Order: sequence, then structure tokens, then C-alpha cells
Amino acid sequence: MLEIRYVWEWPVRITHWINASSVILLSATGLFIAHPFAIIGVETMAWARLVHIVVAYAFLCSVLFRFYWMLVGNQHASWRAFIPWLTAEGRRNFVKMLRYYTFTGKKISYEVGHNPVAALAYLGIFALFIFQIVSGFALYGQYAPEGFWGGLFVILNPLVSSQYLRLSHHMVMWMLLGFLVNHLYSAWLMDVKERNGTMSGIFSGYRYIEPEDL
Amino acid sequence: MPQHSPPQEQPLDEKLLQRWEARGVSRRDFIKFCATLTATLALPASFIPQIAEAIEDKRLPVIWMEFQGCTGDTEALLRANQPTVAEIVLDLLTLEYHETIMAAAGHQAEEAKSQALEKYKGKYLAVVEGSIPTADGGVYCTVGGDSALNIVRKICGNAAATIAVGNCAAFGGLPAAAPNPTGAISVKDAVPQATVLNLPGCPLNADNLTATIVHFLTFNQLPATDGLGRPLFAYGKRIHDNCERRAHFDAGQYAEAFGDAGHRQGYCLYKLGCKGPETFHNCPTIRYNEGVSWPVMAGHGCIGCAEPGFWDTMSPFYRRLPQVPGFPVEATADKIGVGLVAATAVAFGAHAVGSAFRKGDAMESDKVIKED
Repeated sequence: MLEIRYVWEWPVRITHWINASSVILLSATGLFIAHPFAIIGVETMAWARLVHIVVAYAFLCSVLFRFYWMLVGNQHASWRAFIPWLTAEGRRNFVKMLRYYTFTGKKISYEVGHNPVAALAYLGIFALFIFQIVSGFALYGQYAPEGFWGGLFVILNPLVSSQYLRLSHHMVMWMLLGFLVNHLYSAWLMDVKERNGTMSGIFSGYRYIEPEDL
Repeated sequence: MPQHSPPQEQPLDEKLLQRWEARGVSRRDFIKFCATLTATLALPASFIPQIAEAIEDKRLPVIWMEFQGCTGDTEALLRANQPTVAEIVLDLLTLEYHETIMAAAGHQAEEAKSQALEKYKGKYLAVVEGSIPTADGGVYCTVGGDSALNIVRKICGNAAATIAVGNCAAFGGLPAAAPNPTGAISVKDAVPQATVLNLPGCPLNADNLTATIVHFLTFNQLPATDGLGRPLFAYGKRIHDNCERRAHFDAGQYAEAFGDAGHRQGYCLYKLGCKGPETFHNCPTIRYNEGVSWPVMAGHGCIGCAEPGFWDTMSPFYRRLPQVPGFPVEATADKIGVGLVAATAVAFGAHAVGSAFRKGDAMESDKVIKED
């Protein structure tokens, strides 16, 4: 019998959409900051930087809240969900999913929450999020080296020059945009093949699970 | 509301002014010099008399060494175009050893150095210009038969303090640029236990050196520094944040090419690769050549010469971002990035076509009802 299961709790969905819109807004304003142009009557760069910095703070709060929810949320939100290779079942499903993706296996590993390959990708994405937050706020902090974020820059400066920090911040943006393409495609694919409400789940939180398929 | 009274006037000692006049330095020039130094050090005006007193007849012994450098920092110091200031600077110092300007040569010069070392042990100031080569036992720079590394360890190790002038001495500079064939390192890396103050720049700004020395004479200690050993009074603020063209940056008005309409109107040099947003230095406020001008004022972007990794990470000078390591020079960060996203889109597009025509892989339990 098909079950309606509440999988994605509200903090998971809220932070997902804040993160998604942040990545888009930060990339758009970031690209403008790298390649600015004038619009008569508008302080374009001042506005672009204002939006970039305000959205960066929203993104920081969202990512921190998601990390907190990894500790207190349900099993699908938990940090354990992002390291699938810890259990034998996770490893088995990981291989099964990888084989499906590479056209060498026939069936998807049917999951209530994240499939193990996706979970691994999200682990990498969270790492990139942390990198963008640290490098971004360190670069932002250069306006006041004695300030709070400036302290972060002082720590990083002997390790990596500010120019390479800037270059990596820029390159990781492109990696996140590449991930966006991948993510949209995989969501479409799983929605079509799993037939359990993958797409609607991230809006409503509910997925339609056939326990016999698990 | 608290009452703000104007700062109290601090009269300078009349006799002191007269003594300077007797040396040919007008009291106006002397007071101007003291006021400028006080302002450069970001001290309140009430410190002017203390500074005026400190720089009188305190002759600080100095050993100035040059290794892998171009003498640009010496030139910057000697080219101070107001003779009175140059005189004062030279009066502040007793240059016991300086290869470029000392009269002695050869064994005589070396003897002067070792005598100064013995006589003023722990009391003299060491100034180093140029980087220290370490590859192949330090053979790439030797003076009087001894390697730069040995000399700098001996001289800086026994100094009251060391000032590394210019980017080469402070961070390795040009000699340390990839592939760094001589294994060039900074003074601080060569003598980690020494008290080293970095005054990077290419060349350093002589006003910052004078201010540092006056600070040392006045307070008997080196000025407060940032995480890279640079004095905060000179390197505490970013060029970009004090730049005279900053309003154009915020407004989105940029010179797109040298000599275009925007460039002629003094627009921001950001898109011409100006490294002002990544460089900490007081160029916009004190400028060079006695406050006449500085690169951005003259219409050329900053090249980041006061920062570690200058050259390798600050070049290409006319681009915002450094080269992506491992990629050809023509490949900018954005070309690689667009390529990455396009490759992802193509790969998943192909995967999509494959998946769309795939049969029998979808989840279908017995209870799936197909509506006709």
C-alpha cells in the first residue's frame, strides 16, 4: 500500500530554497562584481556589492541553521545521511546507484531520503559552501583588517595569498553553477524514474513511498 | 554635549629651533617635517614636541645591507627631493655600512661592518634590502666571500631591530617569483628569531622608513604591526578604501582601455587590473616623491607591490584575477568556468537522452494503475 511519508522537515526545505536562491543571487552579483558596467543614474557597483553582502549573510545563517538541523533533525536530515559509506547497506546502495547512473546496472536503489550518490554530492556541496563563506567573508573583511571578519583574513593571509583566495572564490562559483545543472537534471531523472514525488517533496516535504519497493 | 576644545598648541623649545636654524634648516621646514611625521604615524598633534626632541642628536647606528635587490629602495631614500628632509634623515642615522653610499670599499668596508657590529652590539639598527638566496648553499649572493644567509644571520641576529625594506626583503619579491631559481626567501624567514619589521613596496616609500625610525627613536620600540609584520600606520588600510577614484568604482564607472574616454575622465582603473582592492599601503594618503603623485593618480592601476606573493599572484597586472595554475596563459578563470558548466550541461544532456529511452528501469510496483 502506498504510504505518504513526511520526509523533508520544514528547516530542510526552507534552507534548501534559501541556499538555492542565494547561490543564484550571489553568482549573479558576483559575476557583475567581476565584470561590472555602468547604468546611467544607478550606483551599479555599490548596489551589486550591497546585495552580494546582504545575501551572503542570509546564506551564512541558512547554512549554519542546516548544520544545526543535521544534529537535531530526522534521520533524512541528519549528518549521518551524508556519509553513506559508513554502513554496509549504504555502501551496497551506493554501488547500485552508481551502476544505474553509468548504465551498467538496471535498477535504482529506492530510497526514502537521499540516494547515496546524491548524498555524497551534497557532502561536497556543503564543503564548497563552507569554502565560499570563509573565503568570501575573509575578502569582505579586508575593508577593516582590525574587525571581526578582518581577523579571519589575518589568519588566512599567511596560508594563501588574497589573490588566490579571490581566484578560488571565483572558480568555486563556477563549480556551484555546474552543480546546479547536475542537480536540476538529477531531480528530473529521479522524479521520472522513482515515481515517488521527488520534485514535489522539496516543496511539500511529503514523498509517496511503496514499502514493498524498499 | 561634551565640549570640544581645539587641540592645545604645543610650543617647541625655542633653543631647539635655533639649533636647527644654525644648521640651515628653517624653523618652518623643521616644524613641517615633525608635523608630517606625526601625522604619518597617526599620532595626535600633541606628540610633535616629543618627536622634535627625539630626532635631535640621537644618532642611531645603522648597518644597511643589500642582497638580491636592485638598489631601488636606496634610490627611493636618496631621492628625497627636499634637501632639508634628506639632511634630517641622514642626521638621524649614522650609516656605519652601506655598500652604495659608503666611501670605503673592499676589505676596508668589511672591517667597518665588523667594527660596527662589535661596537654597537644589540644597539644598532639593521636595514636589509633585497631577498636572501638559499639554494645551493647560498652561492647566488655573496659579499666579501660570505653568503647573504650567513651575513644576515650574524648582523640581524645581533641588531636591536631589523627593518626589511622593499618587497624582496620583506616577502621575497621578484627573486622569489616562480620558479625561484635561487631559493630566495625573506629576511624574517632567513632569521626567524630576529625582530623584523617589514616595509614592503617596490620601492618602499622613504617617508614610511623615516617615520618608522623616528618612532623607534621616540618610543624606543618599533611601531605596532599587522599579521605580516608591516607597521599599521602605513599598511593598516587598503588602497581601494582610501582611493581618490573610489566614487567611480561605486558608481560603476570604469576605464575600459588606456586612453579611452573613461580613462581620460579619471574613472576607476578596476577593469584595467588595478590591485588596489587587494593591497594594503598608505599610497593614496602620503603618495610618492614628497607627495607629488602615486600610480593610480597618474592613471595606472596599482600592481600590489606591498603584498606577499607580489609578481606571482599580482600578475597579470592588467587582469583582475591571477592565472589559473596548470592552465595556459590565455585561459581566464571565466573561460574555464564557462567550459566547466557547458561540459556538465552536455554530459547530463547526453545522459538524459540515454535515460529517456531506457526501458524497464522505473519503479513500478503491482499497484501502479495506468489510466487509459
